[in-house]
Amino acid sequence: VSPMKLKNAKSLICDLLQNSEDIRCKCICPPYRDIEGQIYKQNVSLKDCNCLHVVEPMPVDGKDVEAYCLRCECKFEERSSATIKVTIIMYLSILGLLLLYMVYLTLLEPMLKRRLFGHSQLIQSDDDVGDQQPFANAHNVLSHSHSRPNMLNKVEHAQQRWRRQVQEQRKSVFDRHVVLS
Amino acid sequence: ISPAELASTPTEEPNGSGHLMDFLDEPFPDVGTYEDFHTIDWLREKSRDTDRHRKITSKSKESLWELIKSLLDAWSGWVVMLLIGLLSGTLAGVIDLAVDWMTDLKEGVCLTAFWYSHEQCCWTSNETTFDDRDKCPQWQKWAELMTGHAEGAGAYVLNYLLYVMWALLFSFLAVSLVRVFAPYACGSGIPEIKTILSGFIIRGYLGKWTLLIKTVTLVLAVSSGLSLGKEGPLVHVACCCGNLFCSLFSKYSKNEGKRREVLSAAAAAGVSVAFGAPIGGVLFSLEEVSYYFPLKTLWRSFFAALVAAFTLRAINPFGNSRLVLFYVEYHTPWYMAELVPFILLGVFGGLWGTLFIRANIAWCRRRKTTLLGKYPVLEVIAVTGITAVLAFPNPYTRRSTSELISELFNDCGALESSQLCDYVNNPNMSRPVDDIPDRPAGPGVYNALWQLALALVFKIVITIFTFGMKIPSGLFIPSMAVGAIAGRIVGIAVEQMAYHHHDWLIFKNWCRPGADCVTPGLYAMVGAAACLGEPRRPQKRSSPLLRQSRPEKRSRKKGLNGTSREESTPPTLATDERGPRGKAPLWAFLTQDPTRVEELEALIKDTDYKGFRVVISRESERFMGFVQGRDLPLAIRKSPFKQDGVVSSSVVYFTEDAPLLPPTNPQPLKLRRILNLSPFTVTDHTPMETVVDIFRKLGLRQCLVTRSGRLLGIITKKDVLRHMAQMMNQDPESIMFN
Repeated sequence: VSPMKLKNAKSLICDLLQNSEDIRCKCICPPYRDIEGQIYKQNVSLKDCNCLHVVEPMPVDGKDVEAYCLRCECKFEERSSATIKVTIIMYLSILGLLLLYMVYLTLLEPMLKRRLFGHSQLIQSDDDVGDQQPFANAHNVLSHSHSRPNMLNKVEHAQQRWRRQVQEQRKSVFDRHVVLS
Repeated sequence: ISPAELASTPTEEPNGSGHLMDFLDEPFPDVGTYEDFHTIDWLREKSRDTDRHRKITSKSKESLWELIKSLLDAWSGWVVMLLIGLLSGTLAGVIDLAVDWMTDLKEGVCLTAFWYSHEQCCWTSNETTFDDRDKCPQWQKWAELMTGHAEGAGAYVLNYLLYVMWALLFSFLAVSLVRVFAPYACGSGIPEIKTILSGFIIRGYLGKWTLLIKTVTLVLAVSSGLSLGKEGPLVHVACCCGNLFCSLFSKYSKNEGKRREVLSAAAAAGVSVAFGAPIGGVLFSLEEVSYYFPLKTLWRSFFAALVAAFTLRAINPFGNSRLVLFYVEYHTPWYMAELVPFILLGVFGGLWGTLFIRANIAWCRRRKTTLLGKYPVLEVIAVTGITAVLAFPNPYTRRSTSELISELFNDCGALESSQLCDYVNNPNMSRPVDDIPDRPAGPGVYNALWQLALALVFKIVITIFTFGMKIPSGLFIPSMAVGAIAGRIVGIAVEQMAYHHHDWLIFKNWCRPGADCVTPGLYAMVGAAACLGEPRRPQKRSSPLLRQSRPEKRSRKKGLNGTSREESTPPTLATDERGPRGKAPLWAFLTQDPTRVEELEALIKDTDYKGFRVVISRESERFMGFVQGRDLPLAIRKSPFKQDGVVSSSVVYFTEDAPLLPPTNPQPLKLRRILNLSPFTVTDHTPMETVVDIFRKLGLRQCLVTRSGRLLGIITKKDVLRHMAQMMNQDPESIMFN
């Protein structure tokens, strides 16, 4: 296997593993004499991150290069674009799921339960947004009407218990203002 | 009496018979657990842990498997710390990245990839210039995207409108999610965590839903441009992670005292990821939030803080491999004469703290008592609207507060092109720019000065109304912003004074021409530090935490011999007697003689005592031990699961050996394990200061009071707190207890 092919393979793997856009060397050069300030960026590695490699084309020539480069400040920066993409998309999907669940809990579920059971079997009381208490005994009605498998019962139980807890918390935080002012 | 006879760890249910979905079953509370909104008994937890440890150590000598189990138990503490650090760091990284992106979303969007914030979008672009180093064609503001015009009045109005709309949307989503899913997720969390760490139980405050909702809504709240920070809520998030991992190990899940050690370390990890400072996190946990902080916790906190900081660095949200939030370097020393403006900044910090605390408490009281408290969602939307409308015109308030603080801390070198660094440079100079010390301020600096002054007033006023709303909010960053703005203004003033009047006496020795004199960025840092110290004293929040159940009839303040409290002798328990039930202390006692289960159940049902004393017999009331009120019904109810044959007519006994009974009687019930044979006692002549000291230093929950060897009464932690409130002329009724 020739060394050229090895080198190609290695650079290909490197490119796959790390997006070559994710590293850069950024040189900021302030105004000098009649040359205005400039910012230079290049995708070079850390060892090449200095004024001579990055500042192209050099606006001054000859002896002034050193004076010009002394004022410039070069910094090596890297980021992970994959991490940013994954994080933002994951966050947006979790937020979307929570919003859907919230809409379901506050709007759809009361409507569905009302349609399923009718008004007679349930104790109607004032329900504010998010308060599920009037329909808590819907579970009882459900269990009396037909025998569901244990799994679904347990999920219903757990959800009802969680809702009760949240309602307790909501009462003490929002209504009575005893916790968290 | 061996410590093993104190309330021991409950025996475990046999494993393997549970279903997969057993976690959905309601957990049956165990003997030795605590009710919501009660305090724990530190002594009991400590003795339980010693007991458990002794059991494990003694068993480890039996076989290799037991030895391995004992090693795993010893290592479980470090494993928990590792997990806490990893999860806290990850969540902090996610929060940082999401906040970065969503804050910029209010102003525009990246066209190449929508998930990039402004800075990330322009990262690879070659069109950035020195003066406009933020602009690039890939990232466009909303007006430019929608209408195609970048400048002009129409574009400005459209940008303004969209900014306000995005802010309103974010805050509305935040408050709705908090309201529907986890009401405990609002506020900062640090005062409540302090209360929990000192031994109080608030169920659900560190739960899984609270963790999820707090993380998600924190991003929304910070991105909406409100004047709040994310450092306090990050501590809450880290403690939720701590609580989550505690439930994996029975060593921590069953012992409330040990759990609080883990939570102290988790709080350290929280501050460590907020600022990128692990040691700062440990110091914060040690000084601010923890009640019980042994040396072991110090090392474990440091480990958790380190792991969290390194995890955050691996995610690299700041894009430049920096851990610390504000990274500044100052090259010039400061001079003794600069102490005068520093002291002024300190005074300003104190004044700001006082103003903020008083105003915020008054506003929160108004929220509690008037109609304002009934519309939390509307309140959040209104405050966000006002904040966004007032913040957009001023470029210093339009950007996120952390960016503002970073810019204020920044030393003005040659490479800065911001308005703050617009000093007049001598065009004929030969040396590099940042070597020239005293330069007169250009018009840009004066422009920035009055904009900063407006921003200062705005931030002071709006933070008072923002804090206390029903969304996650932290106080560190807004305080630092106020201080940094004030500091920078003072710094620039001193610098210009030094330039224009360099022949005055104080400046002559200090500001030699050609030497760098005043660093305004340093003043900003000093101002930020001064303002940060003050407002974190909202102690009032702890007292309303304790929920009121039935109001208790308190006994007279005058003692048995009718003396009033204004006597010169220090009040003792005799003169400050409190019985659990008012004037004639009714005692329910259980005797060592056998009683029946049904009698006990009747006693529990009819009365509501918090504790029962066990005496030898009714005639000689010689004191034997103490039973916690909550444990008795739990022990009775749990018994059918453990011992077959226990029915209502079974005999209950507290002695070591079962009483002799005819064989036809049903199985007797042994309740010795819930009996505390060595409760703390004091006599009624103990001075109140000593009693308060005992409670504080030992972490007691209740203490029995004897006189001449006979049990007189019981004094609980809440009674002591009430007494202390009265001593400080606070209304004891405001401390709500059972």
